[in-house]
Amino acid sequence: MKKLTHGKGFWTAIVVVAILSALIQFLISGGTLNSFYVNTIFYIGINIILATSLHLIMGITGQFSIGHAGFLAVGAYASAIMTMKLDLPFPVAILAGGIAAGIAGLIIGIPSLRLKGDYLAIATLGFGEIVRITFLNIDYIGGASGMQVRHLTTWPWLVACVVLTVVVITNFTNSTHGRACISIRENEIAADAMGINTTYYKVAAFVIGSFFAGIAGALYAHNFYIIQPTNFGFLKSFDILIFVVLGGLGSMSGAVIAAILLTIISTFLQDYSETRMIIYSLVLIIMMLYRPQGLMGTKELTSLFKYRGTGKGGMPNDNKQTIA
Amino acid sequence: MEWIQQLVNGISLGSIYALIALGYTMVYGIVKLINFAHGDVFMVGSFVGFYSISIFHLGFFPALLISMAVCAIFGVLIERIAYKPLRNATRIAALITAIGVSLLIEYTTIYARGAQPEAYPDKLLPFKNVEFFGVKISSQSLFILAISILLMILLQFIVHKTKIGKAMRAVSHDMDAARLMGINVDNTISATFAIGSALAGAAGVIFGMYYTKIEPLMGIIPGLKAFVAAVLGGIGIIPGAMVGGLVLGVIESLVSASGYSLWRDGAAFVVLILILIFRPSGIFGKNVREKV
Repeated sequence: MKKLTHGKGFWTAIVVVAILSALIQFLISGGTLNSFYVNTIFYIGINIILATSLHLIMGITGQFSIGHAGFLAVGAYASAIMTMKLDLPFPVAILAGGIAAGIAGLIIGIPSLRLKGDYLAIATLGFGEIVRITFLNIDYIGGASGMQVRHLTTWPWLVACVVLTVVVITNFTNSTHGRACISIRENEIAADAMGINTTYYKVAAFVIGSFFAGIAGALYAHNFYIIQPTNFGFLKSFDILIFVVLGGLGSMSGAVIAAILLTIISTFLQDYSETRMIIYSLVLIIMMLYRPQGLMGTKELTSLFKYRGTGKGGMPNDNKQTIA
Repeated sequence: MEWIQQLVNGISLGSIYALIALGYTMVYGIVKLINFAHGDVFMVGSFVGFYSISIFHLGFFPALLISMAVCAIFGVLIERIAYKPLRNATRIAALITAIGVSLLIEYTTIYARGAQPEAYPDKLLPFKNVEFFGVKISSQSLFILAISILLMILLQFIVHKTKIGKAMRAVSHDMDAARLMGINVDNTISATFAIGSALAGAAGVIFGMYYTKIEPLMGIIPGLKAFVAAVLGGIGIIPGAMVGGLVLGVIESLVSASGYSLWRDGAAFVVLILILIFRPSGIFGKNVREKV
């Protein structure tokens, strides 16, 4: 197993991202992009982190979670407390958001990952609702009226977090641990029989996914001036879910592409939120009826440039939906 | 004495949950699908009841019957269009479709009539407080309980004494064997959706009458809680859904009676997570070991 950093594409990709982000930074500080586009770009970045973090839980490990907004909320509130109540610097707040969400993921993951399929989905959904109701009832963080947060999310921080998330999750997927997670997705009983500690890997994937959702939460909170418990309801979880499902369960590039596309679409449909939801739900239903594996299936974008079957140790090339 | 009053409120609320939970549990028992759209069928039922009372000036019972009929047809349509093609697909695909259908119904309703709430006409039924040994109980609560119990007895009769009920039990036991025995599985599944949706429609009208305020997104939370009730009683088991609904309603009322009314919505989900951890098969469920 080659390390990711030794791969040929890795440094090329980093350089491309660096140049692109420098260009965008230049456009932002030069004032070429108006605030509408800047907001959209920031939102895309946050959604990419959310999509990849859920991709690790659902696409790689095959654990169905529909309470991801709960972790986003934990990260958002934890980081907002750091900057607004304790006056700590922003990087500490980002880290704190991630760690708080990771701990929440651990607390939720250990009991609920004993459950499978539908039951796990409902348990995570219940968890998301409990988080929302808890934040609604704590006066220290503003209760229902929400919490004022300074605007601290800057473009370099955002890019750094997105790159970090994508690199860590890709590396994890290609590591021994990632293989174990994929084997759990393919067949949990068989993985167990092969000596894989399924509970450990499921919880590990869940905690890593929650950690990055928490980081996204920190960026989210410091981008929107105010956070309210209503921002983190079931619909937010659903928004994240649709990125992963539409992109293809098991494809990171699919999730990223879906996050970018859907964020752009939803920004332009901002004033027609009902229409947006009708389109979303129709797309989801039609997708499940005619192409249940999503846009990319389990393929990655990079595999399109490779010859079939040469991807040594890569993802299986068949485009089957493999999630239980 | 106030506690007993809260208990009665809890039972009325619980019987609404139970009516919705029955649809969840029947559908899950037969096709192993969490029908997320069920809460929205409940919402549609509530609106059908509202319009038949306010526009066509019908009484409570005709409105209840119309709402049940419309919901039954609606449930069958959902099943035929969205779920039937996915019967052999993965569980996750079916679950995501169900979420999609749920959102489609909600936002199409908002698109069609706006998101503003509607006030249910009161004075549909004679309203007076009945006193039992110094405990004041509103006649509405008793009425709700009576209708729910009646519908549940009717359901038990259908499931245990009629041919379609027998077919439903057979299909939920083993779909392939039932098909080999000459049971029309598709029709049986549609009948299950029809009955479950009719109960949800009835629950919608009762809910509207009890809480007097209805809106297009009202189905989400009662729907989720009814699902909790179904899991609590043991999903797929009809008496379990009834008991689960009542227990959940009582728990919620007791939580608000103890002064934590803001946490009321959270209580249901705490119950859900506890039951899933300690007894995932529910109160009435049997433990089934997974076979390879």
